[in-house]
Amino acid sequence: MTKITFIQPDGESQTVEAENGLTVMEAAKLNDIPGIEAECGGACACATCHVYVDEGWRDKVGKASDMEEDMLDFAFDVREGSRLSCQIKISDALDGLVVRVPAKQF
Amino acid sequence: MTEMNAVVAAAQETAGPIETDAVIIGAGPCGLFAVFELGLLDIKAHVVDILDRPGGQCAELYPEKPIYDVPALPVVTGQELTERLMEQIKPFAPIFHFSERIDSLRREGDGRFRLMTDAGTEFIAKVVIVAAGGGSFTPKRPPLNGIEDYEGKSVFYSVRKIESMRGKDIVIVGGGDSALDWTLNLAPVAKSLTLIHRRDEFRAAPHSVEKMRRMVEEATVRLMIGQVTALEGANGQLTAVDVKTASGTERIACSAMLPFFGLTMKLGPVADWGLNLHENLIVVDTERFETNEHGIFAIGDINSYPGKLKLILSGFHEAALMAQAAHKIVYPDKKLLFQYTTSSSSLQKKLGVK
Repeated sequence: MTKITFIQPDGESQTVEAENGLTVMEAAKLNDIPGIEAECGGACACATCHVYVDEGWRDKVGKASDMEEDMLDFAFDVREGSRLSCQIKISDALDGLVVRVPAKQF
Repeated sequence: MTEMNAVVAAAQETAGPIETDAVIIGAGPCGLFAVFELGLLDIKAHVVDILDRPGGQCAELYPEKPIYDVPALPVVTGQELTERLMEQIKPFAPIFHFSERIDSLRREGDGRFRLMTDAGTEFIAKVVIVAAGGGSFTPKRPPLNGIEDYEGKSVFYSVRKIESMRGKDIVIVGGGDSALDWTLNLAPVAKSLTLIHRRDEFRAAPHSVEKMRRMVEEATVRLMIGQVTALEGANGQLTAVDVKTASGTERIACSAMLPFFGLTMKLGPVADWGLNLHENLIVVDTERFETNEHGIFAIGDINSYPGKLKLILSGFHEAALMAQAAHKIVYPDKKLLFQYTTSSSSLQKKLGVK
């Protein structure tokens, strides 16, 4: 199991354990993390599972694909480290990953 | 899309309402398959959809994405599934009304239903099938404080008349085809036009992007890389927007803003038709998939019942049972004989294979 921490805009954080192979969005939904909506169910088609990957983790998580970048156009307040959590696959390498939930999803 | 247009008829310009057996609201996979199931029982249907083409979520959200759980199709894309359904329902010649939304629905004295679209098309139908999926696709509202107050007055998600934008200081936000098309169309009539996008890359068609870049060089359009963070104005009239860019926040004076952030699904007018809802979904029974209003059915993602699964295959099953119940309303005096398409010559005749 891999540990992932979600930090809310108000600073509250929640650490969950997730199975490798799931996506960060799925881990969030399974654990009822507030602020991750995932309207399209993980098809990279809506941008409502937007998260900010914490600075120290950006290299390990990697960059968004072109399709994901296009979809990020539909997210609110996109910053460096913005990713769609449905496109981040959980693996051992991401054990301890920290992501921040934005103040608003569209 | 092969042969797709063959069965698509333009919206009729008729003096009176269109009289039909069934109106299907939604041209997604369930709405399309409902045409088939109703058609086998001689029930003619008109199909209304807010999108400009069939397919619903399959067309709008994931045309290229593979679907793996449609029986007998190990893998099919949303687009292919739509095309195949269109082919399957062709013998029943449904009439489509695209880019229209049913806004009102009420029962007439004779028990039939009168429906009206936002474009003024009117129907009188014996049964109504709501197959509206996640609701109607509506433009996404940017989560900016107070934006509701400006909508329709100085914030617009679509433009009906280019002339209405003449002489305005326009801000367009987005990087897709809508944003670029409107930039190109409105720049000639605007007093000023600023296109704001979060990055210097655009999803829109390359030739539109090229044209826009030329307009930027000629200084008829200003391109800003950044994101709108706040609106300024009073009584619905926008006066400026704050734009966060790499070098800080800049305030841009403007009298109209057009945000293009794609579409989202909203239940919409369906909520006002007196149907029992549960968490924004229409409550139905599992024998007929009928709502609390006799003659109004709901199938697919939009309905709710114990054990409901939002799967395309569930919607297909729901369409088949719905059609049996609809038959009793459309043909109250006819006894319905259950038949298989494999052996029934009458069904095969309807399908045009015999």
